[in-house]
Amino acid sequence: MTKPVVIVGASMGGLRAAEALRRFGYLGPITAIGDEPYAPYNRPPLSKDVLKGEVSHEAVAFPQRPATADVNWVLGTRVASADVANSTVTDDTGLVHPFSALIVATGLRPKRLQVPNGGLAGRHAVRTLDDAIALRAELVPGANVVILGAGFIGCEVAATATLLGCSVTVVAPGSHPINRPLGRTLAAEIKRRHEAEGVKFRMKSTVVDLIGEDRVSGVILDSGEVLPCDVFLEAIGSHANTEWLEGNALDLTDGVLTDGALRAVTTGGGSVENVFVVGDVARFANPIFDDVPRRVEHWNIPTDSAKRVGQVLAAQLAGENTATLLSEPFAPIPSFWSDQYDIHLLAFGLLGLADEIKLLHGEIKGDCVFGYYRESKMVGVAGIGMRSTVQGYRSEFKLEG
Amino acid sequence: MTIKIDVDMAKCQHYGQCVFEAPNIFRLNNDDKLEYTAVADDSERANVEAAVDVCPMQAIRIVE
Ligand SMILES: Cc1cc2nc3c(=O)[nH]c(=O)nc-3n(C[C@H](O)[C@H](O)[C@H](O)COP(=O)(O)OP(=O)(O)OC[C@H]3O[C@@H](n4cnc5c(N)ncnc54)[C@H](O)[C@@H]3O)c2cc1C
Ligand code: SF4
Repeated sequence: MTKPVVIVGASMGGLRAAEALRRFGYLGPITAIGDEPYAPYNRPPLSKDVLKGEVSHEAVAFPQRPATADVNWVLGTRVASADVANSTVTDDTGLVHPFSALIVATGLRPKRLQVPNGGLAGRHAVRTLDDAIALRAELVPGANVVILGAGFIGCEVAATATLLGCSVTVVAPGSHPINRPLGRTLAAEIKRRHEAEGVKFRMKSTVVDLIGEDRVSGVILDSGEVLPCDVFLEAIGSHANTEWLEGNALDLTDGVLTDGALRAVTTGGGSVENVFVVGDVARFANPIFDDVPRRVEHWNIPTDSAKRVGQVLAAQLAGENTATLLSEPFAPIPSFWSDQYDIHLLAFGLLGLADEIKLLHGEIKGDCVFGYYRESKMVGVAGIGMRSTVQGYRSEFKLEG
Repeated sequence: MTIKIDVDMAKCQHYGQCVFEAPNIFRLNNDDKLEYTAVADDSERANVEAAVDVCPMQAIRIVE
């Protein structure tokens, strides 16, 4: 019997990898193992519009294509370990799954706050559908919501919770929300718009402990201030889910290091021929920008990386010569968006690399477009509104030569 | 053969990601709003499928 391609992580990256394998002609067996009980679904709405209404799998599920109807989805099952040398993974029931090739698509999980009185109900993070369902149930009008972390997810939930009638305070160590990657001017404007909606900020602050018996009733800040709190959301970044890959001499520093074909790289620097990585968990260099490997937590990465993997792996499994394919660069244009109230932000590139930020179009109080430059070369563009203008800059991000 | 394309305009946020994948079908008008052609030749299917994939709102459907 032919061994299947095994995909670990049954979310966007996993689904897109299965689709890409089929698109590039691989007709053999595919097994996708995921620890969530749901078929792949779309995460961004979980902090935005879906959180406003009734959160259900139906509202966010990705449509399934006929080409991937025969993928063997093993859901609600965690992979505990991998043995790359023997080409197997073992799930948490002890079942061993041999593979012809392995696609790592295990994404991230939220970092959690460590505090002395941490074991209370009312603490939340938002990564999964179940997280969003639990959070939604507590976002009732009048609830005191404290959000730790002022990145995109923190700010989006702040907006959504405010629209739902909650009283929201954002606590974060930085000087401005989303300061990195957006930069001071745009960040200050986003803060101003949040404040106009009634959100309070405690910047340059953090939470040192929680108050409550069974359920959180307040949070203590490092200044000593106590904020009343019925719902505490932690949006302080993520960890890559790579523990199950340990013991295989892969470079697992902040995700899985890959080469330009998204094959896993060992601590010795060599590429593993039959282990590929897609989505948020992949750490790759993007030659549009430089040769520094980075994880990129943007929604286009699962699709772009899966396409590359599907093409290379389908050719490899068909026994074709992949030398030319392997030498092609992987150079996706990072793209992301964010919705907060009527602020619709659209951005391309790696804004965080910039040493200089310029207003290019419009005015900050209304619709506007900012350019992000490193050593005078554009590395990113972001706009509130003015979408065609923002889109027009996409052509700036291409390989040189 | 033709395909029918449906965009849920209640979901669409006019990000225009679809425009890059299927420029013959999708465009942003002067007000930055999405406009699209609802019926297209089957030869556009691959492009429209790519647009379905990249739509952040998952608002595009191919009606079989
Ligand atoms: C609330 C929220 C809002 C977002 N908003 C935006 C946005 O506006 N714009 C944007 O560009 N991006 C946004 N993102 C990021 C985007 O959703 C991610 O980039 C994308 O989901 C990554 O997909 P992935 O398949 O790589 O990883 P994930 O979606 O994290 O999938 C990994 C899957 O693997 C499973 N798994 C992990 N370990 C194991 C194991 N050992 N065994 C089995 N299964 C395992 C996980 O449970 C999960 O189901 C947002 C993310 C979140 C959470
Ligand atoms: S990509 Fe989706 S949300 Fe964006 S304009 Fe096209 S249909 Fe609308």
